[in-house]
Amino acid sequence: MKALAWHGKHDVRIDNVPDPEIVNPRDCIIKVTSTAICGSDLHLYDGYIPTMKAGDVLGHEFMGEVVEVGANSTLKKGQRVVVPFTIACGSCYHCGKHQYSACPNGLPADNQDIAQELYGHEMSALFGYSHMTGGYAGGQAEYVRVPFSDVGPIVIPDGVDDDKVLFLSDILPTGWQAAEYAEIEPGDTVAVWGCGPVGLFSVQSAFLMGAARVIAIDHFPHRLELAKKFGAETINFEESSVYDALMEMTGGIGPDAVIDAVGLEAHGLFVDNVVDQIKASTFLGTDRPHSIRQAIIACRKGGRVSMPAVYGGFVDKFPLGAFMEKGLTLKTGQTHVQHYMPALLNAIMEDKIDTTFLISHRMPLEEAPKGYKMFHDQQNEVTKIVLKTGMQSAA
Amino acid sequence: MTQPRDDTRDDAPATASKRGDAAVEALSGTIAEAQGSHILGRAVTINKPADELFAFFRDFANLPSFMENVVSIDVLDDTRSHWVVKGPIGRVEWTARVTEEQPGRLIAWTSEEGAQIPNSGRVEFKPVEGRGTVVTATILYDPPGGIVGKVIAKMFQREPGIQARRDLRRFKQLMETGEVATPAMNPKQFEEMGL
Ligand SMILES: NC(=O)c1ccc[n+]([C@@H]2O[C@H](COP(=O)([O-])OP(=O)(O)OC[C@H]3O[C@@H](n4cnc5c(N)ncnc54)[C@H](O)[C@@H]3O)[C@@H](O)[C@H]2O)c1
Ligand SMILES: [Zn+2]
Ligand SMILES: [Zn+2]
Repeated sequence: MKALAWHGKHDVRIDNVPDPEIVNPRDCIIKVTSTAICGSDLHLYDGYIPTMKAGDVLGHEFMGEVVEVGANSTLKKGQRVVVPFTIACGSCYHCGKHQYSACPNGLPADNQDIAQELYGHEMSALFGYSHMTGGYAGGQAEYVRVPFSDVGPIVIPDGVDDDKVLFLSDILPTGWQAAEYAEIEPGDTVAVWGCGPVGLFSVQSAFLMGAARVIAIDHFPHRLELAKKFGAETINFEESSVYDALMEMTGGIGPDAVIDAVGLEAHGLFVDNVVDQIKASTFLGTDRPHSIRQAIIACRKGGRVSMPAVYGGFVDKFPLGAFMEKGLTLKTGQTHVQHYMPALLNAIMEDKIDTTFLISHRMPLEEAPKGYKMFHDQQNEVTKIVLKTGMQSAA
Repeated sequence: MTQPRDDTRDDAPATASKRGDAAVEALSGTIAEAQGSHILGRAVTINKPADELFAFFRDFANLPSFMENVVSIDVLDDTRSHWVVKGPIGRVEWTARVTEEQPGRLIAWTSEEGAQIPNSGRVEFKPVEGRGTVVTATILYDPPGGIVGKVIAKMFQREPGIQARRDLRRFKQLMETGEVATPAMNPKQFEEMGL
């Protein structure tokens, strides 16, 4: 089959690899129909994530048709499913608490050592996201092997377009969880750093949860425009001082809740950011956490910090003093996708949440390398690329 | 069997002691017919009843399904079994004899005369309300070929501590999910990866 494989920094290619087969009884095999490139994939593309090997198949946002089932799968051939990017067993203590991204049972025992050393504990396995998270082949391919298919994938009713439900795999639940973690109370003002897919879904979710105002921050005019469409006020950090703007816009109080939807590749020439970049490139530190610092400094006293953004290692100059003195709370983590899928599918079906607005480009799987380059180089216009199998090239 | 109490000690398990000899000393007393100069201990919580876990574990023929370095275990009689294990410098063999057994709670063993890696140990199964069972393995062993053997073992990742940790994780996976997790793309690859 054809699959998008990682070969190094800024080097992804369409490779021919063997088709996956059923290995464990709870597996199924999916014939992929749609798969998206994620902001998290750019971290791999930029070489920020360790334990990648040449030839690793990427992709953790995908859906398709069930074409094969193991003896203990509850799915049926022909069903259309969206697959959560976190691989969780459904029967351990953490799954019992719906903390799916903490499930240790999909992560091969040997791969657990790294996270245990680095974080103190092993995390859930993920599709297409380095060997530290299991080394599972991802969904930017014609076929994927899906473990625990009896509890992970959600069945999509007939007649619902792929594009409407694809984002149930990651970014919609991630934006939703981020807003939930902001513990929004009626009348609250919520500030969101980053108007990528995660930030934009956080904006929509925050309003649905009762926020009176949402302030969205980015430097790409088109992305800010999208946030505005959902009712957010905007700050372009290249034109305005974010802290000053937020203080004026909230009467000096600061936002009640702040959401960092940027993560370890924060853009912009801020002094601390430049220092971080130099350190990152000399392996002294891997994360560039400008947005989380700014969010903590701006947050009102006693407010909530929600951090869907991904950080992998250690950060410098984390404003722990401000965090403590102001009495903030922080909630973060990989998304417990399985927990949110059913309710969010309903919300999509009832047209409460708009998902398709995000898709700026659709292209055949074969053009994925071009898609990565576009998504990387032109973030203003390229908000989300959906790759389709069996699609004719436009060229 | 309870651990001997020493009022000068804290409540941390002996296997977490910063002094290796102290741990060996403390734990030798908890294992009947203890032998071995090195110690390792691991605890894992498995969301299943103790009786079920014990029953699976007590049937030693089941153990190779999650123990990566075990080539084979032949059950000789009710208390004795013959083990063939991949070591850092080739295969090693021994015959193990059960020295203590409390159904659903505890099993302890020691290796018989002539073992290439003399070892002894115990595995305890302790029910925990709402979380299943805490399974604690404590193993005393003589590392193959002394220090050199230990270095080689580490290089090949067959150092008993690493191995035991991984084996227990696989035991948990198998018991909780019915499978051992693998990124393999097909059964052949799974076989080649060796669990
Ligand atoms: N927690 C999870 O489970 C989970 C799941 C998916 C994605 N993520 C993470 O969420 C983050 C966002 O994902 P995405 O797909 O939306 O990424 P993205 O790269 O498309 O969007 C990030 C946006 O942040 C903007 N930005 C950069 N620096 C900024 C700054 N200093 N201030 C304000 N905005 C800034 C960028 O211009 C961009 O529009 C990433 O870190 C991603 O890895 C987490
Ligand atoms: Zn994603
Ligand atoms: Zn689980």
